[in-house]
Amino acid sequence: MNLSSLVIPVLLAGVAVYGLGKRVDVYAALTHGAEEGLSVLLRIVPALVGLLTAVSMFRASGAMEWLSGLFAPVLALLGIPPETTPLMLVRPVSGNGALAVASDLMASHGVDSYVGRVAAVMLGSTETTFYTIAVYFGSAGITKTRHTVPAALVADLTGFAAAALAVRLFFGG
Amino acid sequence: MEMAWVWTGMVTLSLVFGLLSGNLDAVANAALEGARSAVELSLSMAGVLCLWSGVMEIMNACGLASGLARLFRPVLQRLLPEASKDPETLAAVSANVSANLLGLGNAATPLGIRAARKMARGCGGVASNELCLLVVLNTASIQLIPATIASVRAAAGCATPFDILPAVWLASLMSVAAGLLAAWLLSHGRVRR
Repeated sequence: MNLSSLVIPVLLAGVAVYGLGKRVDVYAALTHGAEEGLSVLLRIVPALVGLLTAVSMFRASGAMEWLSGLFAPVLALLGIPPETTPLMLVRPVSGNGALAVASDLMASHGVDSYVGRVAAVMLGSTETTFYTIAVYFGSAGITKTRHTVPAALVADLTGFAAAALAVRLFFGG
Repeated sequence: MEMAWVWTGMVTLSLVFGLLSGNLDAVANAALEGARSAVELSLSMAGVLCLWSGVMEIMNACGLASGLARLFRPVLQRLLPEASKDPETLAAVSANVSANLLGLGNAATPLGIRAARKMARGCGGVASNELCLLVVLNTASIQLIPATIASVRAAAGCATPFDILPAVWLASLMSVAAGLLAAWLLSHGRVRR
């Protein structure tokens, strides 16, 4: 059994029972909150249209492969296996894309190989950075994001290098 | 403004590479396809977004949210001192952090958005240092149980899909620390607004 399949029902039922015990009209609160969710959604759509259009064009044009070749020597210096370059380029912009690339790496190199494990740890220790930034700032009406993008990319790159380091540390490489 | 550079760079590079490689048809189709998939993605997350916003509303009404906020206040007060002064924002950030730790990415996003909207009030579209920090925290994954990755590994035929947990924790910790440090260094010396 997947652990998250226990967490969600327990959370929903627990909150409802606790709320009802406190004599709160939980159903009215739920629908009122859900209504607010809809207005948030309206502000997310434009940000996602912008982001996903650019990402989709970028991948179709072949620019992704060119960037992979460009970054390979730098990554070798950081101790990151060059096979994972496509994963690192897709990870910040597309969650589903990253899952697909990582599954492919696990299938072609072996799920318990060095590359396969590094791919899994990379997936687990980073997020879909640009999607998160677009959604958060889009819904909050922020246009000047200041140092968010560089700081988030520093976190991503550290996460990638740390993933390779951690796998070597715990499994030998 | 950074997003303007990122967007223009990606679109322009796509045009150049499309011309060079003769993939221009594919690039044109991909543009339309990308826009369409954005709306599909938004619609597919709409239900979950509304559900967790609703759950947060119940938690606010019955006092669970403020209990959660008390739990996280000691840590969050140091990281986000301004946001922690407003009880509702503190509650939303606490719920966001809890959902992240539990690996409930679908719930973390609407809760984080709730916090971000409260923190962005009256700032005229300019992200404050603390709002930048909240977003950086959310772009660096801080989950305790990476259930999705474990299921991908299991699907690929791995007998012990959870054996990467310590490696994931170490890498997450280093990435979050680097993000916080970078955000702090980049905001240091610059005046808000």
